[in-house]
Amino acid sequence: MKKTDVIIIGAGPIGLFAVHQLGIKGLKAVVIDNLDKAGGQCIELYPDKPIYDIPAVPECTGEQLTTRLLEQIKPFKTELFLNERVDEVDKERDNWVVKTNNKKEFIAPNIIIAGGVGSFEPRKLSLKELEKFEGKSVFYAVRNKEHFKNKKISIFGGGDSALDWALELSKFSKITLIHRRNEFRGAQHTLSELRKLEKEGKVSIKTQCQIEAFDNEKELKSITIKFEDGKKEKILTDVILGFFGLIMKLGPIAEWGLNMDKKTVEVNPKNFETNKKGIFAAGDICSYPGKLKLILSGFHEVALASVECFKRARPNEKYKFEFTTSSKTIQNRLGKK
Amino acid sequence: MPKITYKDFRGDTKTIEVENGLTVMEGAIQNEIPGIDADCGGSMACATCHIYVDEKWLNKIPKAEEAEEDMIDMAFEPKKNSRLSCQIIVNDELDGLEVTTPEKQT
Repeated sequence: MKKTDVIIIGAGPIGLFAVHQLGIKGLKAVVIDNLDKAGGQCIELYPDKPIYDIPAVPECTGEQLTTRLLEQIKPFKTELFLNERVDEVDKERDNWVVKTNNKKEFIAPNIIIAGGVGSFEPRKLSLKELEKFEGKSVFYAVRNKEHFKNKKISIFGGGDSALDWALELSKFSKITLIHRRNEFRGAQHTLSELRKLEKEGKVSIKTQCQIEAFDNEKELKSITIKFEDGKKEKILTDVILGFFGLIMKLGPIAEWGLNMDKKTVEVNPKNFETNKKGIFAAGDICSYPGKLKLILSGFHEVALASVECFKRARPNEKYKFEFTTSSKTIQNRLGKK
Repeated sequence: MPKITYKDFRGDTKTIEVENGLTVMEGAIQNEIPGIDADCGGSMACATCHIYVDEKWLNKIPKAEEAEEDMIDMAFEPKKNSRLSCQIIVNDELDGLEVTTPEKQT
């Protein structure tokens, strides 16, 4: 079990800036995120889209904002635990114990939830009954290519993941690529390679159609797709791969006993503490009267939460407010001489 | 003010007045119409404000841009009349518009 001063849930802009605000106060933190990279919505939803309301930064993209925040927190050498979803939060005397889906454990007197709208999870196929095949014959990611050799694979989607995997897996499996419309948004050169393989009869491409049904037996044997004109076609399939991007789900946060307002966590705007002592929420996931879902509001929220975190992590020390411009202590922590 | 009718997948309808210039998504969120999540707040980045536009209104609304179609690929059960409600801006000509929310957004 890893011990620290503050466990930050969410590596979006607010979680990253929390590291800074805690770091200049001399507090250690860890950051946990379900995505495979830092940046949260900024990196997952709008890496290339401009943001115009970061104070003193007239314009930057989601990716640039993330890169700059990572640069800003470098001096604190904070560990980021990515591809980890926090599943459980339990109390242990004055501390909180956090467990992830991969059985990692952390203990700290404070937790800052900076989870945005929740964790990013793959969007799934619309047929709910396919759930029982998940992890066996229905997948939303390829973790190990070996599992996809010598199969009959139906790949759904029109983006880069769908195209790239169709091309890659066609080397050793029979691929059918299925998309709801004629246009693919993925890289056009990948598409032309696939079209070439289609002509050679090595890959099959079906467009303007969606999944309608499947063999509802013990094992997946075939699926039926329905075209816009109403025609149906049966496709022999023992593996389905769906690439419909990611969706934000609140996930386990709802089960930690926090006072919730719809999909947000209620906080005291004085220190952004939730109804549980030592658990704070900041950024899009918190709610209080007048809350604005702006990145700049989240920055303010973690600044205040970090003061309360200090008091809980260092009960015998007095909190001293300092400016970064003039404090030698802070400048040392930032590695400035 | 233009009236917009939101129908859910069960057929229950709610008609509300939405100010010109607001989007069909904003009209729903501000009036607590269920069935539209709008997780990304209208930046066309999440497809959780997906709706079906009543056929007779389809050609009265500016066509979806490519980026919107790309997002609709990811929506739950997209159809030919699928749109993102954050991209439909209300004006007097849309008075009476009818949209249907899908069974779920994710």
